[in-house]
Amino acid sequence: MSPRALLLFAAMAVLLLAVGQFQSWTVALTIFNLCLISAVMALGVNVQWGYAGLFNVGTMGFAAIGGLAAMLVSVPPVQAAWTAGGGGMILSALIIAATAAAVVAARRWLAPPLRGAATVALILIGFLAARHVFGPAADAIENVDAARFGFLGGLGMPIIFSWLVGGLFAAGAAWFIGKIALGLRTDYLAIATLGISEIIIAILRNEDWLTRGVKNVTGLNRPVPREVDLQQASWFLDLSARLGVDPVPFSSLFVKLCYAGLFATVLLLIVVLLERAYHSPWGRMMRALRDNPKAAAAMGKDVKWRQLQAFVLGSAIVGVAGAMLTTLDGQFTPGSYNPLRYTFLIWVMVILGGSGNNLGSVLGGFLIWFLWVQAEPAGRILMEIISSQVPKDFAFRVHFLEASAHLRLFLMGFILILALRFFPQGLLPEEQSRRRPRHVP
Amino acid sequence: MDGFLNATVLLSNFVLVPGLAYGAQLALGALGVTLVYRVLRFANLSHGDLMAFGAMLGVLSTWALQAAGVSIAPLPTALLALPLAILGTALMSLFIETAVYRHHRLRRSAPAIFMIVSVGVMFMLNGLVRVVIGPDDQRFADGARFIVRARDFEAMTGLSEGLSIRVSQGITFAVAMAAVAALFYFLNRSRAGKAMRAYADNEDLALLSGIDPDRVVRHTWIIAAALAAIAGTLYGLDKSFKPFTYFQLLLPVFAAAIVGGIGNPVGAIVGGFVVSFSEIGLTYAYKKFLTYLVPPAWAPEGLMQLIATDYKFAISFAILVIVLLIRPTGILPGRVL
Repeated sequence: MSPRALLLFAAMAVLLLAVGQFQSWTVALTIFNLCLISAVMALGVNVQWGYAGLFNVGTMGFAAIGGLAAMLVSVPPVQAAWTAGGGGMILSALIIAATAAAVVAARRWLAPPLRGAATVALILIGFLAARHVFGPAADAIENVDAARFGFLGGLGMPIIFSWLVGGLFAAGAAWFIGKIALGLRTDYLAIATLGISEIIIAILRNEDWLTRGVKNVTGLNRPVPREVDLQQASWFLDLSARLGVDPVPFSSLFVKLCYAGLFATVLLLIVVLLERAYHSPWGRMMRALRDNPKAAAAMGKDVKWRQLQAFVLGSAIVGVAGAMLTTLDGQFTPGSYNPLRYTFLIWVMVILGGSGNNLGSVLGGFLIWFLWVQAEPAGRILMEIISSQVPKDFAFRVHFLEASAHLRLFLMGFILILALRFFPQGLLPEEQSRRRPRHVP
Repeated sequence: MDGFLNATVLLSNFVLVPGLAYGAQLALGALGVTLVYRVLRFANLSHGDLMAFGAMLGVLSTWALQAAGVSIAPLPTALLALPLAILGTALMSLFIETAVYRHHRLRRSAPAIFMIVSVGVMFMLNGLVRVVIGPDDQRFADGARFIVRARDFEAMTGLSEGLSIRVSQGITFAVAMAAVAALFYFLNRSRAGKAMRAYADNEDLALLSGIDPDRVVRHTWIIAAALAAIAGTLYGLDKSFKPFTYFQLLLPVFAAAIVGGIGNPVGAIVGGFVVSFSEIGLTYAYKKFLTYLVPPAWAPEGLMQLIATDYKFAISFAILVIVLLIRPTGILPGRVL
C-alpha cells in the first residue's frame, strides 16, 4: 500500500471514528457496514470498467438479483403454494426450455428464408403455450394465503449461503446478457445495460409468485444472533458486566460488529483475489484489451470472450454485495431499487476512487457512502444557516428545509464532475499510468 | 359494419391518439439526443433530467402566469409559459457547457468520459429539480380538457364507442410539428444550421473553412435544450409532472434515437413513433376490440393483452436490441444530420 493510500484510509477511519465520538457509535457502525458493502459493489464495477473498460450501467439489476438470491435461499418453502401451482410453474419452465431448444435446433438445421420464419413461429407458439400454463399457476400461487405468503417461498437455508448463490445468480444473468449486449459500442452498451437493469427490477416487482413483488418479504433469517437472544444469554451478560456497559445498547452494537466482521472478511477476500488477478498475466491482458482492443485482437486475443469474463466476474461481485445488503436489511424490497442509488452512485465511487485501482474503489466506496449519508444532516444545517435571517414560517424557508434531503444528489454530481476535471485518475490512480486517453472506437 | 366502426374508434381512442401524442414527445426528446450525439459525439445521459428541468420551469412559469391572472383559455396557460421554459433551459445548458463540457471538449476527452461527465450533470440537475419543486406529482394543466368529447362523438355518430381527444394531445402534436418544421428549416436553410452540419460531418474541414466551433456547440446546446424543454413540458401537460418519470423516459428516448439511426433527425422522429406505438400497441388489452369484430360466440375470455403494462420498458429495450442485432445502423442509415 502506497503512503498516499495509507494516509487517505487513515483519514477515512478518523472520519468514521469522529462520527462515533460525536454522533453515536450505532450510527458509525451502521455507516461502516454499508461502506463495506458499497466497497464490494464498487470493486465489481471496477472489474468491468477499470479492468476491461466496459461501460455497464446495469449495476442495480445485478444487486437486485443478489438480493433475490438472499431471499430465495433463506425463506422456508411454502408447501401450500407448491401444491397449488408448483406443477404448473415447472411445466411452463419446461415449455420455455423446449422452445429454446427447438429454436436452437431450427436455427442450426434450417436454411435462411425458412430459418427466420421458423424462429418467429416457434417463439410465438412457445410464448403462448407457456402463458397458457403459467397464468393460472401464478394466480393459484398468489391466492395461497395472500396476506402472509402468496409466493413459492425458498429453500429455508441459512442466509449466509446466499452470498455465494447471489454471486452465481448474477454471474448467470451476466453471462446471458453479455452474450447479447457485449458486441455493442460503448454508448449502446450503456443504454442496453440501463434497460436490462430496469427490466430486471420490473420482473422482481411484478412477478408476485416468485418475490411477493411490492408486498416485500420481511423477517429473513440472520447469520448473526438476534439482540433479544443476546440479552438473555449469560455469557453476553457476563461480557457486558465485565466491560461495564448496559447490555441492551451493547447487544445492538455487538450485532453490528458481527455483521461488520463478516462483511470485512468478504471484502478482504475479494480485494486479495482481485489484486492477484490484476498482477497476473490475465490482468495484463485485460489492460491491453482495454487500452487498445484492436492491437489486442491482432495479437490473437479473443476480445469478446475476455470482455465477457470481466463482465461476468464484475457482475458476480455486485451480486454478492446485493445479497449481503439484503441480509443486512433483513428484508427483500423490490420497490426500493433505484438506479441513482444502486448504479450511478457506485459509478461515482469508482471514478472518485480511481478506476483500475482496487484500493481506490474501496476508498471511493467508503468515502462516497459516508458523504451520501452525512450530506443529509449537513444539507439541513446549511439550509438553516442560509435561511436563518428569514422569519420561521416563511414559505420558502419551510420548503427549502424539506428539500435539503435532495441536496445530496446535487453534491454527488458535483463531486463526480470535479473529480473528472481536476483529478481524472481518481484519488488513488492506477499504478501503471495511462499515458494516452483510453481509445474508444 | 357498426362493429367494425366501433372497433376502429376504440383503437383510435386507446392506441392511435395516445400513440401519436407520446410518439411526438419521444421524437422531440430523441431529436435532442441525436443532435448532441452528432455534433458533440457522446450519448448525453442527462437529457432526461434536462427535460425534467425544462418541464419544471414550464410548471413554475405557468403557476406565475396563473397567479398573475393571465389566461389564454380554452388553451392551457402552459403554452404561454413554454417560451420562458425554453429560455431558462437554454441558459442552463449554455452554463453547463461552459462550466463542465468545454474543458473536456478542449482536452478531447474520450466519449466514455463525456458520458460519465453527463452522469454527473444528471445527478446535479436531478437534485436541483427535486430541491426546487420537490419529488412529488404536480399538475399544471388548465383551460378546456377535450377537443372532442366521447359523449358528443357518440351523440353525433350514433356509435356506442366514443372518440375522445384531449387538448393536451392535440397541442402536443401541433407544437411538436411546429418545432420539427423549425428545426429542419434551421438545419437545411440557415447559415448556422449548415455550419452545424458541416462541423458534425468533418470537424477538421469545418475548422479549416473558418467555422467557429464554440458557436456551433453553443447552437447545438440551445437547440437541444429547447427541444428538451418542449418535450418535457408537453409530457408533463399530457400526463403529469413528476421528476423521476423523466429519468425513466431516458430509455425510450434513447431507444427512439438509436432505432431510427443515431445522428439522423428524421430517424429520431420515426424512432419516436416506432417506440410509442410498440409500447402502447403491445400493452393494450384487445378484448373489447375483438369482441366488436368477431361473432359473439368467439368472443375472447382473457384480456387479450400481449404484455403486461408493467413491462413497457422491456418493449423499448427489446426493440433496441433487435434493431442493434439485425441492423446496427438503425432503420434509416446513410444521410445523417
